[in-house]
Amino acid sequence: MAKEKAVIRNDISRFKWTLIEMKKNKVGYFMALPFFILFFIFVVVPVLLSLLLSFTTFNLLEWPKFVFMDNYIRLFLDDDVFIIAIKNTLKFAAITGPGSYLLSMMFAWFINELRPKIRSIVTLFFYAPSISGNVYLIWTLFFSSDQYGMVNAWGMKLGLLQEPVLWFQDKKYIFGLIVAVALWTSLGTSFLTFIAGFQVVDKTLYEAGAVDGVKNRWQELWYITLPTMRPQMMLGAILAITNSFGFGYVITALVGFPSPDYCAHTIMHHLSDYGDQRFEMGYASAIATLLFFMMIGANLLVTKLIRKVGT
Amino acid sequence: MAKKDFKTRWREYQNKREVKKAQFSRSINRSKGGDVGIFIMLAIVAAVMVLPMVYAILQSLKPLNELFIFPPRFFVVNPTMKNYGDLFNLMNKSWVPFSRYLFNTIFISVTGTLGNVLFASYAAYAISKIKFPGRKFLFSMVVYSLMFHSTVTGITNFITMSFLGWVDTYFAVIVPAFCYTFGLYLMKQYMEMSVNDSVLESARLDGANENTIFWKIAMPMVKPAWITLIIFAFKDLWNMGSNLYIYSEQLKTFNYAISQIVTAGVARSGVSAAATVIMMIVPITVFIITQSNVITTMSASGMKD
Repeated sequence: MAKEKAVIRNDISRFKWTLIEMKKNKVGYFMALPFFILFFIFVVVPVLLSLLLSFTTFNLLEWPKFVFMDNYIRLFLDDDVFIIAIKNTLKFAAITGPGSYLLSMMFAWFINELRPKIRSIVTLFFYAPSISGNVYLIWTLFFSSDQYGMVNAWGMKLGLLQEPVLWFQDKKYIFGLIVAVALWTSLGTSFLTFIAGFQVVDKTLYEAGAVDGVKNRWQELWYITLPTMRPQMMLGAILAITNSFGFGYVITALVGFPSPDYCAHTIMHHLSDYGDQRFEMGYASAIATLLFFMMIGANLLVTKLIRKVGT
Repeated sequence: MAKKDFKTRWREYQNKREVKKAQFSRSINRSKGGDVGIFIMLAIVAAVMVLPMVYAILQSLKPLNELFIFPPRFFVVNPTMKNYGDLFNLMNKSWVPFSRYLFNTIFISVTGTLGNVLFASYAAYAISKIKFPGRKFLFSMVVYSLMFHSTVTGITNFITMSFLGWVDTYFAVIVPAFCYTFGLYLMKQYMEMSVNDSVLESARLDGANENTIFWKIAMPMVKPAWITLIIFAFKDLWNMGSNLYIYSEQLKTFNYAISQIVTAGVARSGVSAAATVIMMIVPITVFIITQSNVITTMSASGMKD
């Protein structure tokens, strides 16, 4: 920053200086262009478009009709299922977001205590569920509703259950099971970020800490490791939160859509219900816009909190 | 073996001592009990983590009579490869040949991944190494894009896709993968850490243009990062199931075809386990090969405010 300031001259305006810099470095624009053209088409434009469309009714055939806030009013006052969806989404995100974050951090820390060879094997064990496609469907085998499911069979054999339980159809169990499966698949990229973060902490800091009176591994974690790992903690938090809002497809694969009594109905399901099935694009856009602001809001809030850690 | 002279032996001795010292310094502030506790806990949780995968593998090796035994057994007694054979037979009999699904997945994964690595690396190089005005703004948009899930853009992207005439073509799947922003993010962070500005500057003074510098100097230096981009983009594309923008059966992916078999019910539980094993073995193998590179890249990935 200081270097750039030094170049600014008094005899030309800031605007002119920027133009000169732009011309001098125009090759930079050419190199960034291909990526960012696509980025605008497939990320920026859709977000802005859904914001615009959320004030209209649009069925893909006729030209959108402007209805102002009607979609939002309908969402909050007229759509009982949407209220359920918001509740479920927030509940789900509030458990799996921090849950996966803390689990990732804790296990990354534990794994870091191991010797390098074992470390990479254990890392693989923990990371594998998040990259192995639809292997989470195996959980439906464990918790299968007939007596051939592992849990039902052994539960009945040991006398814990009287009859087969319909695990993924019973309102009592669905939410807990989904959260468990979600946490199981959630040691993903943020987990790797932490694994790497623990490895790059300067080892001499630990020695210095020991001299200064750090007595055990907990103090070491709290006073030395975490403060030096703040950049990784930020990225990990963002990835974990974004992920926790995006588990809809796993839920659909496990309990089907719609779920019994909408007990696992999230905003994502509501969105695809109106967007992909009923083609009420205006209404779906309103849902998407709300979801967008919820995710961005949660992320900004949490990153702000983490920035405060240790300052 | 030739007799070592005193000097080499002395050096070896010193190296050994250094290694011992390093091991000792790792164990400051570590209690024996804590070590054991952590090890036991890790072992238990790791077992839970791999249990479903192991079960999938065992299930895929079970003959029919063992699949429907009551109470169900975890381990397999007479392992057989029959389920895999059945899977391939089943797939060959399907309306769209199995090879077509496999081709689709490989084609989409490979082109999408290559495009992403190329586009993201170019942009990352420009943002981190060429001081053009606006680069910070572009990067902050990339960071914001990490903060929301792609379902938000899914619906309106449908409008974009139909406007472009890409609905029900490979383009609808491959081209959006090119601008997978986490790839750009990782590449930029890694380039900032590992590519030295002075090397680039001296190359510029020698008259090399930015494209040459990018290919000849920057890209070889960030090998771990592009390997990481490959695995991240690849695993996403490989695991992609049904897609909003694809209707034709001929354009659907392997994962989609397999999920159709998996949901077909109890009668095919052996076959579906075999399918699940095939699906998971590919990304896991890729990760095993690339793990050390991925960890190196992630160590640079932190978000510095």
